[in-house]
Amino acid sequence: MRPYLKYLLPLAIFIVLVGFFVVGLKLDPRVVPSPLINKPAPAFRLPQMGEASKSFSPEDMRGKVWLLNVWASWCTACREEHPLLMDMSRQVDIPLVGMDYKDTDAEASAVLQQAGNPYRMVAVDRDGRVGIDYGVYGVPETYVIDKQGIIRYKQIGPITEEVLNEKIMPLLKGLQ
Amino acid sequence: MRLRVLFVLLLILPLLAMGEAKPLGDDPAVEARLKALSQELRCLVCQNQTLADSAAPLAEDLRQEIREKIAQGMSDKEITDYLVARYGNFVRYRPPVESQTLLLWVGPSLLLIAGFTGLWLTLRRRNSLLPDDIEKGEDA
Repeated sequence: MRPYLKYLLPLAIFIVLVGFFVVGLKLDPRVVPSPLINKPAPAFRLPQMGEASKSFSPEDMRGKVWLLNVWASWCTACREEHPLLMDMSRQVDIPLVGMDYKDTDAEASAVLQQAGNPYRMVAVDRDGRVGIDYGVYGVPETYVIDKQGIIRYKQIGPITEEVLNEKIMPLLKGLQ
Repeated sequence: MRLRVLFVLLLILPLLAMGEAKPLGDDPAVEARLKALSQELRCLVCQNQTLADSAAPLAEDLRQEIREKIAQGMSDKEITDYLVARYGNFVRYRPPVESQTLLLWVGPSLLLIAGFTGLWLTLRRRNSLLPDDIEKGEDA
């Protein structure tokens, strides 16, 4: 073995390891890539909140680019993203549909009354069945669905300004 | 004597009342399959727990979902595929062997082989040294 190799080899291994660690630090283990990306949004028909006679289905949104935001009154992270959703609903003309996940109508509508309602309509998934079809495991979750009803993006956890400006808005522009 | 009989009875009677705790579901066969299956699946909320162990509401929902799928006559594989289609391979505690997971599966063996190769090379080199070299502390 050449003498300099004795020192260079551990250094090289060390650098490779540090490389792995740096990448690993940036990964969020709570974010599980969804297998539903680029697949059709699962069909469902759910009652609308506050309007018992009306229902909502993704079919109704055919031909439109829209957002499905899964939220609940008991979810604190949802409150964090709420102001951002309010801003978005005022600024851009993109239908934002809420899905109230495992919640009660009374509590959910109290939140919307107090903090404002950014949603075109809110579908009620009381027992979380539709949530399972959408692979929901941590509210809030937001899906970008295109004109053909294909899921293009899924945000797990609250939407931040950064995510909105760098990922969601450019994507929406491209889809429209 | 009578006291002794009473004593023995006191010891025996609780045995009669003893029995296994009743599972929450009705059908023990379904519960057994649910248990076996949910031990192979990961709870998405508390990621280091299996679906069987987790007390998270989502885990409870998923167990109920699996219970119904078993009752509908779906096979274990069909149920696992159903969950993988929604949550991805992450729900499986045993990832399948695929191009993406190949390193995960063969990585430990590769490391072991590398370790043994290194050991073998070192030992061989050490054997070829003369006793003099060792005394002088020269190993290269």
